[in-house]
Amino acid sequence: MAKHETPLLDQLETGPWPSFVTDIKRQAETKPECWDILGILELSYEDRITHWKHGGIVGVFGYGGGIVGRYADVPEQFPGVEHFHTVRVAQPASKYYSTANLRQLMDLWEKHGSGMTNFHGSTGDIILLGTRTENLEPLFWDLTHDMGQDLGGSGSNLRTPANCVGQSRCEWACYDTEECCHHLTMHYQDEIHRPAFPYKFKFKFSGCPNDCVAAIARSDVAVIGTWRDDIQIDQAAVKEYVAGNYPANGGAHSDKDWGPFDIQKEVIDLCPTECMWMEGDELKIDNSECTRCMHCINVMPRALRPGLDKGASICVGAKAPILDGAQFSTLIIPFMKISKDNEFEELIDFIETIWDWWMEVGKNRERVGETMQRVGLPTFLSVMGVEPIPQHVKEPRSNPYVFWKEEEVEGGFERDIIEFRKRHAA
Amino acid sequence: MPTIEHNGSSFEVDEDGFLLNGDDFNADWVDYVKGVEGISEMTDEHQKVIDALQEYYKKNGIAPMVRILSKTTGFPLKRIYELFPSGPGKGACKMAGLPKPTGCV
Repeated sequence: MAKHETPLLDQLETGPWPSFVTDIKRQAETKPECWDILGILELSYEDRITHWKHGGIVGVFGYGGGIVGRYADVPEQFPGVEHFHTVRVAQPASKYYSTANLRQLMDLWEKHGSGMTNFHGSTGDIILLGTRTENLEPLFWDLTHDMGQDLGGSGSNLRTPANCVGQSRCEWACYDTEECCHHLTMHYQDEIHRPAFPYKFKFKFSGCPNDCVAAIARSDVAVIGTWRDDIQIDQAAVKEYVAGNYPANGGAHSDKDWGPFDIQKEVIDLCPTECMWMEGDELKIDNSECTRCMHCINVMPRALRPGLDKGASICVGAKAPILDGAQFSTLIIPFMKISKDNEFEELIDFIETIWDWWMEVGKNRERVGETMQRVGLPTFLSVMGVEPIPQHVKEPRSNPYVFWKEEEVEGGFERDIIEFRKRHAA
Repeated sequence: MPTIEHNGSSFEVDEDGFLLNGDDFNADWVDYVKGVEGISEMTDEHQKVIDALQEYYKKNGIAPMVRILSKTTGFPLKRIYELFPSGPGKGACKMAGLPKPTGCV
């Protein structure tokens, strides 16, 4: 495969940011089909339209997903990308690697594919970009037999779960996000590999409300760490912050002069529930009014820590706009203990209750968030066996279209018009 | 688009080997797909899945959801994968001559 003229793409080799064009060109030195990646992309830049055909159904035996098939619509011009399938490979929790593992994976991909990758896909998978249909089974064989790694998810199934780095490198993680993500991934291999759902379904695990894996926005079940006792305060460290000896926010704003640290202005006045105050040089928190937004902890990490009674809030139903509008997840369980001691039993029960219901009532290609909208939150809660509580809503409904169950209404719904007319003549 | 010749019949297919025209479906097609989708022997159970898919498609104009296929055939998903190693989409729908599944796969 020959080199193509790529005047438009060449412009993207200038500037300080790492250039994907330079990287592809370097790879093309050893993998000539990569010239065709640049060629077809240049053509798209010229034509302002994609040159990939619609869809593509390829895979490996035994699995219903994991590989996204793709074919060029100009294969004669760019034979190197005639087939350009994407392989999703399950990533380790938090994406920690050894070079040995990555070298082995790259050797495999040089052998069976283009050598181009995406580290990582938005859902978390390692993405191997571009190979031919006949290479899929050999690649899968080597991946599983030589490396002990598996494919990720695609299709109407459980997609590859992901987590924030959690307790491995963060003082705020309220549960072991990595252990939880790994355990549930292993527990639900069948649901990941063989599509059985009305539509896709995602888990994400964040250790605290900072939500570094964006669980609230990008997963159908978001497990977000929190605590329910008091924030731990180290008053000596608070004094160090006030004295200017510790940088606020771990020094995150040190590239600009924001003046000396002002605890009143930067912490107390910014607390969303106004539940903090100074008594002399002691910082006080009315924890019963704290919504655990993380702000004060984020500003003074050396002085403040999450409480000791830790767990997670479970939110359900986030999705992108299609079909009926974007949604964040909505709070269903304010606090759940997340523990590997019982193999995350409570969380697994919760997830399976959703699935049992959604697999039955969910319409074709309806995300669980849309099913919830369609049946209404009260119905969803009763399906889940969860008692409605004020924390389930941001505000009560403002319209009066309130449904009652017949058993809640004295006398029921069976009424006789003749009885009514005896008292109210027409 | 490629053309496949098998046992004297010829079929127009797309890159993924799905029939472009469902009317071309015949016994030769089933025999051909059997070879490429890792199915060693056709059984009544295979036939039941194919019949269910075709009947549903004829009636509704779309392929059934996985759980409807399981319900109408009585086969759990596990059994469907035992029958069709590529699964209900790539395996069974292809063999039944249904159009290629689309969407965010």
